[in-house]
Amino acid sequence: MIILLQVLPVALRAMVPVTLCAVGEITGERAGVVNIGLEGIMTLSAFAAAIGSWATGNPWIGALCGMGAGAIVGLLHGFISVYLRGDQIISGVGINLLGMGAVGFGTWALWGAKSPMLDKKFWIPEVPGLGISPFVLMTPLLVVLTWWLLHRTALGLRIRAVGENPVAADVVGVPVEGVRLLAVVFGGALGGLAGAFLSLDWLHTVSPTLPAGRGFIALANVVFSKLNPFLALLGGFLFGYFDALAIQLASVAGFGGGIPYQFVRMIPYIATLAVVALAIGRARFPKALGQPYRRE
Amino acid sequence: MKRVAETLTVLVLGILVGALVMALWGRDPWSSYASLLSGALGNTRALMSTLSRSLGLVLTGLTFAVGVRAGLFNIGAQGQMLLGAVVALSCGLLRLPPGLHLVAALALSGLAGMAWALPVAALKLTRGVNEVISTIMLNWVAHWLVLYLVIQKLSDPILGQRTFTVPPGMRFPVIRGELTWALVLALATALFFWWFLWHHAKGYEIRAAGLNPRAATAAGISVKKAMTTALLLGGVAAAWAGAIQVLGRFPYAITSDLANLGNLGFDGIAVALIGRNHPLGILAGAFFFGTLATGAAKMGLRGIPIDMIYIVQGVIVVFMAAPEALRLVRLRRPAAKAKEVAR
Repeated sequence: MIILLQVLPVALRAMVPVTLCAVGEITGERAGVVNIGLEGIMTLSAFAAAIGSWATGNPWIGALCGMGAGAIVGLLHGFISVYLRGDQIISGVGINLLGMGAVGFGTWALWGAKSPMLDKKFWIPEVPGLGISPFVLMTPLLVVLTWWLLHRTALGLRIRAVGENPVAADVVGVPVEGVRLLAVVFGGALGGLAGAFLSLDWLHTVSPTLPAGRGFIALANVVFSKLNPFLALLGGFLFGYFDALAIQLASVAGFGGGIPYQFVRMIPYIATLAVVALAIGRARFPKALGQPYRRE
Repeated sequence: MKRVAETLTVLVLGILVGALVMALWGRDPWSSYASLLSGALGNTRALMSTLSRSLGLVLTGLTFAVGVRAGLFNIGAQGQMLLGAVVALSCGLLRLPPGLHLVAALALSGLAGMAWALPVAALKLTRGVNEVISTIMLNWVAHWLVLYLVIQKLSDPILGQRTFTVPPGMRFPVIRGELTWALVLALATALFFWWFLWHHAKGYEIRAAGLNPRAATAAGISVKKAMTTALLLGGVAAAWAGAIQVLGRFPYAITSDLANLGNLGFDGIAVALIGRNHPLGILAGAFFFGTLATGAAKMGLRGIPIDMIYIVQGVIVVFMAAPEALRLVRLRRPAAKAKEVAR
């Protein structure tokens, strides 16, 4: 039983990527654009953040680089989805493949290693006195901020309007394309921050499969949250908890009893399937989700 | 014809971006591509190797394509492929006469692929779980399950870095070089998918469900059944993609890092996309990516990581998402536009 409590500090860390990505994705989906390239965004931005930290010696500049990289990929996906009226799902898959290839190639070209460990001086330091990651504190703040943006500002109203009924929004003068693009870039930036967290704060390495499915677990979290940022925080903690449980059981000898390591590693994925299958009631998604807007 | 030209343009763009990346890294892209081509197609031996590598891509490409035809985004080929490979390998533990042994291995492997596709259908149709999420989760579960079996249960007692090899009676006979009669399995499966989708009532139902689920329902077609059929058929094809890596390719085993199975499942997505989800296009697409992969392995010997081809592949998929991107760069022909309006 004790292990279920010992997992908590790790669970708070594991909560970060699944929550940040989900909250970013909620913003994009509210505007009508699905992005299943979160996995690729995290992979690329984890790498960008590591380069930033390594090149400047300042991990916070690294985190900004990660965020910037996420925003740029968001811009690419938004441009394809909104202006070129492309297939959003296919674009997302392409981003995931691109992330895998670019990081595998890039780490080799730059450091001559497939999954290099980052030296401690490039890590984001813990909050002094508290002994926890600054990202763990930042995540709930960003959740509140996103909720406030979506539900208490004029821009948020516009974001929801272009996802629900772009024709009506267009008629009253909302720039549908611009608002959608902005929402997707915002989502990309949050995904980028999550990627920076992975490499600079949590896992301290960069590899083509660094997020290990967490981008897709974040998509499951979006479904679980019914597009509500606060529920996404709860979901993030729930999914993060299973993630942390697997990590803890796998890394600490004796905890798992006789269960083979590989079975322990399955926990987060099976738990995600179970939670999504059991989530009560269906999420109601914006009406124009996934559909490009064509002006008559 | 227009679509073929579009696809070819995208392929060229992907290759150009790859060249740019290599140039930025300070390598000569053209000599690298030349060595890629000669490594993949330069002589009979290389060509056989490329063909052999393309077969798995044909099968996982079919998996994704039949899903799209039913209106699904099935990206579960990777997990089904891994499972199909390990089940085929495990059949090596049975004692059966040669030939029959191969058939039994393929049958059980196909069943395993179906079994792994079943929860995707069940979760989607009863609980509304999106197949993108369920397939990725199942891919990861399969990854760890197969890793467990390969490392803990099936590994070679002497050579730790791979499993035991399958007995000769269970292997596909060699045609020439690396190419085995697995060729016939891949081609026959592609032919079957074509016949099934365009010349069988159930296949027609799949396409109708994918094109317009409401119209299909109104016409008395069960969209649920059509989706389930597409997922199960896709599961068999993906499992066979894994099986032929074990039964029809050196080292007739699975390496402990699963490297000889690679990313076949995900590669199939790009294959199907550039093949426009048609079996004939998929054959061409598989040969294209098979050439890239075989050649890249040769480039790898010259110090250029294989990941290079994933950049090319990713760029190609991103461009395939946005056909209008190509129209931006082309001058609009008034005649073509008028025809569009008239339609």
